[in-house]
Amino acid sequence: MSKKKSRSRKKKKWERVDGREPNELRPIKIESGVLPNADGSSYIEMGRNKIIVGVFGPGEMHPKHLAKPHMAVLRCRYHMAPFSTDPRRSPAPSRRDNEISMVMRYALEPAIFLERYPRSCIDVYAEVLQADGGTRCASINAATVALVDAGIPMRDLVVSCAAGKYDGKVILDLGDYEDKEGEADVPVAYMPKLSKVTLLQMDGILSSEELEKCIHLSIEGCNQIYEMQREALKKKYGIEKEEK
Amino acid sequence: MSAHFESRDLVIPGDVLYEGRIRTGDNTYRMQGKVCATRIGLVDYGRGIVSVIALEASYNSLVGDLVVGKVVDIELGQWMVEIDSPSLAILSVPDAIDAPFSPDVVMPDILDVGDMVIAKIVDLDRRRTPILSTLGRGLGKVEEGFIVRITPSKIPRLIGKKGSMVNMILKETGCDIVIGQNGRILIHGRTREQEEIVVDVINKINKEAHTSGLTNRIQEYIKGLKEEQN
Repeated sequence: MSKKKSRSRKKKKWERVDGREPNELRPIKIESGVLPNADGSSYIEMGRNKIIVGVFGPGEMHPKHLAKPHMAVLRCRYHMAPFSTDPRRSPAPSRRDNEISMVMRYALEPAIFLERYPRSCIDVYAEVLQADGGTRCASINAATVALVDAGIPMRDLVVSCAAGKYDGKVILDLGDYEDKEGEADVPVAYMPKLSKVTLLQMDGILSSEELEKCIHLSIEGCNQIYEMQREALKKKYGIEKEEK
Repeated sequence: MSAHFESRDLVIPGDVLYEGRIRTGDNTYRMQGKVCATRIGLVDYGRGIVSVIALEASYNSLVGDLVVGKVVDIELGQWMVEIDSPSLAILSVPDAIDAPFSPDVVMPDILDVGDMVIAKIVDLDRRRTPILSTLGRGLGKVEEGFIVRITPSKIPRLIGKKGSMVNMILKETGCDIVIGQNGRILIHGRTREQEEIVVDVINKINKEAHTSGLTNRIQEYIKGLKEEQN
């Protein structure tokens, strides 16, 4: 009897590994202005991801021959701390770190008015303290908040979120397990006010309908995260407003 | 043809401030007929112009600005000075000692690497590198005091209307304050306690620059701090 019951319930509802709805994000916490020594900074917790981002600049470009005469150079560094994964990983930048640094740069570049600061450079340092799948998206989200906090002129915020396929179903914001065991993963970075996509990657195999579904789903997720980014930026000033 | 916010609302990059024909002021840009913000700040709708008063911004050097900088390098006939702008500023020998550069000039004896200077921007060269001068009253090497940094866009708030804020701080604490437009402020008082009060107050202004009635609140705050010390 009880066996039957459980089986029928199983059929009724398919559940994700952590019990989320297919279109539900992990809990997100964003804070801006956390590092006094950086020009701009932010900290993000996206599920069990914990990432801290510092922004420096615009400042003098070193080495000088890499400076561009008509625009600023954006340099991103994505790095996973040795203690961010189990087992420990080597602190040396890996091929994956370098790739994600580049991906971050490509995602953020279209949003920044780089042409306003010729011959200078803007540095973005993202340090992953704890990793749980989707760190590149979380890093981009945090980097945008840090760039705004640094007072760098931007066209729009960049929001990033992944969708993918796990167990034959299209789901939003994959966690570490779903990322590794699932069929496909589609990280998207998006500028909500300009409705432009700045990053689109796909890892795995998807049909074209599924890909389209994934993109729409992740843009939906991006719009939710956008509201949280706005709140995080306003919180730095809003709380002080209440004091008066 | 409509405003999307109230004046002095907090806006974030990308927010549409206005749709229609209007001039774009500071920290805004036009996208497909819409005026959007480029920095976080308070929106200001003027007559036929929209601008954003930035809460966070890097220093943009202008001719005539007084700046507090740090000497980071000595080259032949010139010092390179870090003033928090996108490029280093140049202070050449004739602009520092009012004499031409000759082999007898020992540059590190005048200014060494690591020294802080109060200088004026006299020119921007063709690559928009600031050219400094330390000739003039109150300019030159910093001998003693505290230096604090705040966001350069908040300097007008620290000065206040016709200097109301800074004059009030001067009167209440008896310290000398040199405000560099690049966000570095030199504080020099008779005692260390006095200087610490001013450092505390400036950090408070930096945090609460966007609120109204700040001068009066700061005055109360200084009085509170003074009582604490006594």
